[in-house]
Amino acid sequence: MTLNLTVSPDFAPDHISGWFIFNTWLQRKLGSGIHLELYDCFDKQREDIKSGNFDLVYANPFDASMLVRELGFKAIVRPIAKPDETIIATHAESAVNSVEDLQPGSSLYATDDPDVNRIGMIMLEPADLDQSNTETTTVDSYVIVAKNVLNKSADAGFFLKDAYEELSELIRKQMKVLVSSEISVVHHTLLVGPKLQQFAPQIQQHLLDMTADEKGRGVLESMNLEGWEVMSEEETEFMIDLIDTLID
Amino acid sequence: MSEHGSNDVRDVVIKYYDGTSRTVTIVDHEVPYPEGKLIVSRTDTKGIITHANQAFVDMSGYSQDELIGQNHYILRHPDMPTVAFTGLWETIEAGNKWHGYVKNLRKDGAYYWVKATVIPNIRNGKVVGYTSVRRKPSRSKISESEALYKTLMEA
Repeated sequence: MTLNLTVSPDFAPDHISGWFIFNTWLQRKLGSGIHLELYDCFDKQREDIKSGNFDLVYANPFDASMLVRELGFKAIVRPIAKPDETIIATHAESAVNSVEDLQPGSSLYATDDPDVNRIGMIMLEPADLDQSNTETTTVDSYVIVAKNVLNKSADAGFFLKDAYEELSELIRKQMKVLVSSEISVVHHTLLVGPKLQQFAPQIQQHLLDMTADEKGRGVLESMNLEGWEVMSEEETEFMIDLIDTLID
Repeated sequence: MSEHGSNDVRDVVIKYYDGTSRTVTIVDHEVPYPEGKLIVSRTDTKGIITHANQAFVDMSGYSQDELIGQNHYILRHPDMPTVAFTGLWETIEAGNKWHGYVKNLRKDGAYYWVKATVIPNIRNGKVVGYTSVRRKPSRSKISESEALYKTLMEA
């Protein structure tokens, strides 16, 4: 039996190889072939997940909601100490010093990352800004968002905090953070599909044990993860309920 | 956000829907909503708090232990019209999502404004409780809500 794994497209490009290393490690542990399919577009990935193409998905919190409630997936683990947080940043020399300084008509740059964009828009609400009175340009990566902030095409850019922190110091020095979310309980999860649920405890145990041996730790390092922790059914439901409150 | 309010102090008796009441000291002082945070709580179906995140503890002025087991109405500010909460309960008991702007009362008598969303927690087809998530509102929405609630209090 070959299993199919996919990963939310919002991880930093530097860690692509890490997911292939993880794939190989997991194949050995399970004694089963695993095909890893990566996407650079959220919509196409969602379409393929809905078609039933995947057994294992490392999903962003917004997609986790769809996977659990619509497709019968079950979250088994989440990365340790890696909540999904969002940063809104502008050019360091901009006259804008807080979200409330942004005006209607502002030009925003973002990727197509659904949780970052949703939380970003929520953090613009104190300025009475929403999709109707701002102009959002969607680009392929956070590096391109940063580029447009630096050349002043963007009044502000939305970033996944992890991705922002991985930008070079030279780039970060030329930007200033207007607001950084501190939500703490919204994070990616690894989910198993309905066909695979009898193996869920076994897969979960292998993942929890990764920090126990050197090989496992090396794999985690290549993915920029500290390790995994158990995600209970109720914790998953809680996160999904919370996300539901953020969708108007 | 700048500070709002005059720091005037008054004692008010708040009567709750369950027939209980308490006297609270109200201070006309607004505590700014913390940037980037969400205030999160969960209650059972009767409105008893079962979960409070750190932002809720920080903003309400109560400890985690004081919040858990209390009815959510301890946050109710006397400037909030009863009809707003009636609407909230009717909406969520029908299984729907509720949004609104709420002036919350802190333990120290000061207040903070939130944009609140409440949803029913449905497990195996049954409502087992409610999740409330509060976020930072705009000053214009606060002003509109203040004006509206004043008319509802006078009605």
